[in-house]
Amino acid sequence: MMLRLAPALIVTLLVAPILAGLAMALLPAFGYLPALGGESLSLAPWRALAAQPGIGRSVAISFAGGLVATALSLAVVLLYLAAASGSRLDRWIRRLVSPLLSIPHAAAAFGLAFLIAPTGLLARLASPALTGWEQPPDLLIVQDPWGLSLIAGLVIKEVPFLLLMSLAALPQLDAERRVAMARSLGYRPAIAWLKVVAPALYPLIRLPVFAVIAYASSVVDVAMILGPTLPPTLAVSILTWFSDPDLDQRFLASAGAILQLGVTAAALLAWWGLERLMARLMTAWIARGGRDRGEAGLRLAGKLPILLATGIAFAGVGGLAITSVAGFWRFPDALPRTMTLDHWAQALPALGEPLASTVLIALGATLLAAALVLAALENEQRTGRTASKALWLLYLPLIVPQIAFLFGLVVVMEQLGTRPSHGLIVFGHLLFVLPYVFLSLSEAYRRIDPRWTRLALTLGASPNAVFWRVRLPMLLAPLLTACAVGLAVSIGQYLPTQLLGAGRVSTVTTEAVSLAAGGNRRVIGVWALVQAGLPLAGFAIAIGLPKLLWSHRRGMQGAP
Amino acid sequence: MRAPSLRLAALLPALLTSTGLMAAPDPADWPAVLEEARGQTVYWYAWAGDQRTNDYIDWVAERVDERFDIDLEHVKVGNTAEAVSRVLAEKQAGNDTAGNVDLIWLNGENFAAMKESDLLFGPFARALPNFALTRPADNPEVVTDFTLPTEGYESPWGRSQITYYYDSDALRGNGDAHDALPQDIEGLLAWAKANPGRFTYPRIPDFTGSTFLKQALIELTDRDEALYAPVEESDFAAVTAPLWDYLDALHPHLWRGGRQFPASSPEMRRLMGDGALSLAFTFTPSEPAAAVADYELPPSTRSYVPDSGTLGNVHFVAIPYNSPHQAGAMVIADYLLSPEAQATKQDLDVWGDRTVLDVARLPAEDQARFALDAENPAMLPAGALARTLPEPHPSWMTSLQDAWQARYVGR
Repeated sequence: MMLRLAPALIVTLLVAPILAGLAMALLPAFGYLPALGGESLSLAPWRALAAQPGIGRSVAISFAGGLVATALSLAVVLLYLAAASGSRLDRWIRRLVSPLLSIPHAAAAFGLAFLIAPTGLLARLASPALTGWEQPPDLLIVQDPWGLSLIAGLVIKEVPFLLLMSLAALPQLDAERRVAMARSLGYRPAIAWLKVVAPALYPLIRLPVFAVIAYASSVVDVAMILGPTLPPTLAVSILTWFSDPDLDQRFLASAGAILQLGVTAAALLAWWGLERLMARLMTAWIARGGRDRGEAGLRLAGKLPILLATGIAFAGVGGLAITSVAGFWRFPDALPRTMTLDHWAQALPALGEPLASTVLIALGATLLAAALVLAALENEQRTGRTASKALWLLYLPLIVPQIAFLFGLVVVMEQLGTRPSHGLIVFGHLLFVLPYVFLSLSEAYRRIDPRWTRLALTLGASPNAVFWRVRLPMLLAPLLTACAVGLAVSIGQYLPTQLLGAGRVSTVTTEAVSLAAGGNRRVIGVWALVQAGLPLAGFAIAIGLPKLLWSHRRGMQGAP
Repeated sequence: MRAPSLRLAALLPALLTSTGLMAAPDPADWPAVLEEARGQTVYWYAWAGDQRTNDYIDWVAERVDERFDIDLEHVKVGNTAEAVSRVLAEKQAGNDTAGNVDLIWLNGENFAAMKESDLLFGPFARALPNFALTRPADNPEVVTDFTLPTEGYESPWGRSQITYYYDSDALRGNGDAHDALPQDIEGLLAWAKANPGRFTYPRIPDFTGSTFLKQALIELTDRDEALYAPVEESDFAAVTAPLWDYLDALHPHLWRGGRQFPASSPEMRRLMGDGALSLAFTFTPSEPAAAVADYELPPSTRSYVPDSGTLGNVHFVAIPYNSPHQAGAMVIADYLLSPEAQATKQDLDVWGDRTVLDVARLPAEDQARFALDAENPAMLPAGALARTLPEPHPSWMTSLQDAWQARYVGR
């Protein structure tokens, strides 16, 4: 009974808040919000929006940034998979994917900013010996008006996501046999992969790609750190309008939220057009039958960018680690002259409460999500129906921009009279944690050999016993990994925590982002490291626990 | 089904009287306020962009817990406007008794906005036992916020004044550094031309950046009296024309050619620490010395106030009208004014924010606590803060911010 309700419950939990939130953004966007004296429909908010200085540029950056970041990330991942499959680099990168994915967006953005700024680590390493700079050069790199550093920050974080999604989808394709077949016809390996595997892989990772477009075109925290400022991206502007003391700005902000929805939809539509175009070009390329032209270039293009992206991500975190113990650090010095633990000593007493809140909320949202997902998947197994049609609904929270519906949701909550609490935040995080847990777990669950179940049933076990004593233990490793992904997603959430918690509940992420306003890079370094360390601990447990539990059962070591 | 509703009916009078007990406390009956404050949890919405401020608030939280049994929670906001908009939203939603915000750190246009919309509890400030120590009769700035009389709706907490700072090592070789430093707003333009890319100001609407605009306007316009009345009463374009001419001339010589600005005063401080700027300013006079202690600025940092004088103001704490913990909030506002709390706040090792108490008229043993660290080379010389220009009417802040954005955003 409970099981059969699970899919419906999931859909309600995901869809209802988004629809309610969107409705409460749509009405004020047209001037209707009686609580603020907006009694009739009007286009005034839209006129105000059009009159905002630099609005055209904000929209253009959000739109183009989203598309370019996605195209680059996808290209890096596909080229890498084509060029590096089976190599030593491949094994190395695969091991790094999870930790890379677990670095929260804000921490990665801080790291990148410190790396590439004119006063950053790279300029320091090269100065003054190579550049002759005694003073930092007056160059506009971070927060450039074209959004290039924003795009770079997004690519660094989206590459591991798309890679993980591709690695999860690849086993369905029998890629090795396809490549072997093409190679027997004389195709070089990377070209063979691009011609026979990539076209089959793309449809399987299409939804994650859409999620990346939506995220990149509407992100708030990364854009605040790396994005342009005069004007900022649309999503950042919306946040400013929503927090303006002049409540009439809420109408403007709501119109902005709906515009953001339109910008993201337009970016998705443009991507769809690009897909058509690419499909034609690919067909022509495949039909031409070239077997080895460009192989060397492809191999290089497959390895270099991913090495660069991984390297930058880790170097950024390394830079943060150094700043967190730095004394005064004059410009061209590659390392600070003095090291100190003062920053850590100052931050530690303040860490406790946000840390506890973070862990509590993340565990709550993840456990809830895991229970719901297990129930839905188990229901699928028992009824034999796959809910593939409803899958796009799972992606709804990932494709509808957060900023477009979260404010409306807060208005709904205010009307219902709910007080900000940890519970409310858990519910808000669930929106984003649940889809990721589902995506991470569903493949493993569906691929489990049905003969185990049949065997157990013929031995007289009840369906429940099969679940608890056969399927669950066999799925322990993927389940823990899915939970680690869920924890990482929850820990990284900024906007839902800040809005649903009314700022009263502070987590390490809200603390880190609010300290970013203070600009003390050393303190930011401490918090960003803590923020990055938490999800890492989750992944370490996810990998270590099954090994520990099954240390005496070799058959379970390589469980799916 | 009948029994529960009957029981509810019996409870009703009790419920009514208990809400009656929650009526606003009477500030004049201080012992009753102290009694009511016991056990309350006070949510203080305060800007949290500075670690030292946060640490000081933590210290206050420990003290009021020990002394008055009040649980003080610092709600960290990036922009005070967020807290103001929250109270406004609560009022619009009809939440008049159970607001989330109990105490708020503010001044200027945020105070003006809250007072205009009747969002504040009070008057309470004059009833605070420690308020008399500020000697308001002799120090009118503690009861005046950006030209508006506070009328007891907010209680003073600290003082700010624009203070410039520079790295004396980096400016060596320019002759006598102090002579070369700009002493008024015209001198600043000349200095920026001679040192291209080495000065900037925080991006509007940041309050330090907006204060810089007001400072420049006061020095440039010859219609000063217009600035101390609401902006609607004067010809904005005519009064501000010299300011825009000035900024158009200044921007090409700023950091990043005036195409990008730091987000806030702390970010400007970081740029100074990185050596990207040679001259910067802050609204907290002790900030440079504090930043040297925190390894953010080089030990060769020095501060000064230009001969022309600079804008200064007082910052306050206020209590929203719908706070359920007004007694606790008042006790905290009073504790913030105690010589102990004010002296600790002014201590460079803690925060360094200047006191609002009239130190010269405190008892001798209290005066001693406020002795400034004259030895610290990064601190201002004694008496430097005497040249204080008063803040214009708050409406100028918003109008200047809008005009700046229309002029320089998205170009």
